[in-house]
Amino acid sequence: MSALSHGPVPVPPASKLFFRSYGSPRTLISMGLSILAGALTLIACVPLFSVLIMLLIRGGSRIIHSGLTMFTSLPPGAMAKMGEGGFSNALWGTLVMVGLAALLSVPFGILGAIFLAEYSPASRLSTAVRFAAKVLTGLPSILAGVFAYAAVVIPDGPFARGAGVLFRLLPHPAAALPGAPASMYFQLYENLGAVSKGGFSAIAGAIALSVLMIPIVILTAEQALRMVPSKMKQAAVGMGCTKAQVTWKVVVPTALPGILTGVMLAIARAAGETAPLIFTALASDYLFPVDGHPPFVHLMRQTASMAVFIFNGSARPQANLIELAWAASLVLVLLVLVFNIGGQLLSRSSRPRGR
Amino acid sequence: MTQIAVDQMKTLGYARPPSLWDRTVDLTTRSLARTFAVGVVLLLAYVVYVIGWSAVPVIREHGFNYLLSNTWDTNGDTPQYGLLPAILGTLYSSALALLIATVFGVAIAIFLSQDFVPRKLEVVLKNIVELLAAIPSVVYGLWGIFVVVPLIRPFCNFLGDHLGSFPLFHGNLAGPGLLPAAIVLAIMVLPTISAVSYDALSSVHPRLKEGALGLGATKWETILKVIVPTASTGIFGAIVLGFGRALGETMALAMLLGNVNQFRWSIFSPGNTLAALIANNFPEADTDQVKVLLFAGMVLLAITLVVNVIGAGIIQFANRGRKGAVQ
Repeated sequence: MSALSHGPVPVPPASKLFFRSYGSPRTLISMGLSILAGALTLIACVPLFSVLIMLLIRGGSRIIHSGLTMFTSLPPGAMAKMGEGGFSNALWGTLVMVGLAALLSVPFGILGAIFLAEYSPASRLSTAVRFAAKVLTGLPSILAGVFAYAAVVIPDGPFARGAGVLFRLLPHPAAALPGAPASMYFQLYENLGAVSKGGFSAIAGAIALSVLMIPIVILTAEQALRMVPSKMKQAAVGMGCTKAQVTWKVVVPTALPGILTGVMLAIARAAGETAPLIFTALASDYLFPVDGHPPFVHLMRQTASMAVFIFNGSARPQANLIELAWAASLVLVLLVLVFNIGGQLLSRSSRPRGR
Repeated sequence: MTQIAVDQMKTLGYARPPSLWDRTVDLTTRSLARTFAVGVVLLLAYVVYVIGWSAVPVIREHGFNYLLSNTWDTNGDTPQYGLLPAILGTLYSSALALLIATVFGVAIAIFLSQDFVPRKLEVVLKNIVELLAAIPSVVYGLWGIFVVVPLIRPFCNFLGDHLGSFPLFHGNLAGPGLLPAAIVLAIMVLPTISAVSYDALSSVHPRLKEGALGLGATKWETILKVIVPTASTGIFGAIVLGFGRALGETMALAMLLGNVNQFRWSIFSPGNTLAALIANNFPEADTDQVKVLLFAGMVLLAITLVVNVIGAGIIQFANRGRKGAVQ
């Protein structure tokens, strides 16, 4: 206002009006901060590459020197020579436990997400479910382990008691089905008996992991389901589909890549988890979760896993074990990165189609 | 359409009301979906209940005395399991890590959200930062032992020798210690902070930015005086979420912090956190000690639940205010 009342304002030449001098403090500060932010971003990328390079050097050299025997042999004893031993049981343990956890958590998460996205997007229940899922994503992984320990591993925990009640109600397989030791019923009966005694097991490990996977699956699946254009649903309803038909034949297939992204991210997270497994599966140096003896899949044994193997190996004095821990880390990181990057590629490829 | 045509279509199966099977599937899907949705709430409640319940034996016997006791002595006639050093260590290591991670995380979020780099490079950098979260924490622990500790030890010892009278730099880094643990922890929570702040920053309405630039503000004046204040609730929520994540992080700290039940201000001294205490002592714990560790789990749950609920609440609040402005 004051400028107007004091007559015409002296207009600087156009070059001064539209271009800022590079020497002025304001521009210098601005440039300096830009460089600083860029430098901080680049520094933050260093650890990733440092980890990957270390894994390739230390883990890769082990693989080059002693070949692929580490994938087929058991952990070395204290007397083993450099280059001996492997982590085959840990690899199997991780695969079995993560697979079982996925079996538990994927249907749970997807159906929950269907409720949130399709049946009741704005109800109070849905808000509560979303909030619970978000709080569960923040649950420290070690507490998932403490939970599974208190619920499944302790002999007088609720799981063991429930299994004990069922175990006593069911007839013995020899009486029910004579001469069928490897039948499904036999397996169920045996496993129930074992669960009712409690103890460290692959099942307890899988339950702990699934507590960590469920919220990831449900939240990403809900996002994916919401991306499905409502016109597609309206068209399906217009043709006389029931709500379930709309959901299973239109919405879920369209959102499938996004849902799979969530599943793969959850698997990647679970595969790398250590803390929950210390409490639940413990680790066994000699036992496999899968072998040739009936009932073939032994879910009630102590089970080794890659992550726990690395943790235990890192604290030992033997150079052989530390080398193996690096090699196991390389394998584990590759496994995790494949699922992680695969999941993200899936979601990227699906985005244009969903719109 | 004539009645005959409708009848024909019915007999041919083109149009018919939902069969009994269709209605059964419909009902089953609806009830299953509702059951599992409710199941998530129940799961959270059950987890809280189980962890809380398993702490009851210790509370019944000792009350909350262990919370404020400093001594951890497992071998004496009357074993003492003071959790105070671990509780303080949890808060201190998380705060240190958060300090580092906030500086880097917010800088990254600003750098990537404010068009400093071409779109393609932005996506690449964003993915690299996100991949930091994908590396399992046990691998970070291994990396920390064999890379970070040897790398920073000479520097730390130099500081300890020359500035040792300053309590933060007292003593030497003997191996495991607070600083390497905090650095690795910062790397692990960095993706959380940068991703959530990125979302907050990039959903500031472009008009605000254009307005500030149009008034003659430099890029950084716009960022620091308009965009960051507008997104500050979201950024604060990101920091709180990162704090929650840091509090519960276990393996890297179990491997890098030294598992010593003492609390020192010096960033070179070893210490302990609740999660690391549980993880390190559980495999060899006797029955009494397991009870104490379950109690420690309850304390950790209480701390993280409070922090996470606050963080989620802040972000929900930040998003609510924004909904009208965007789109």
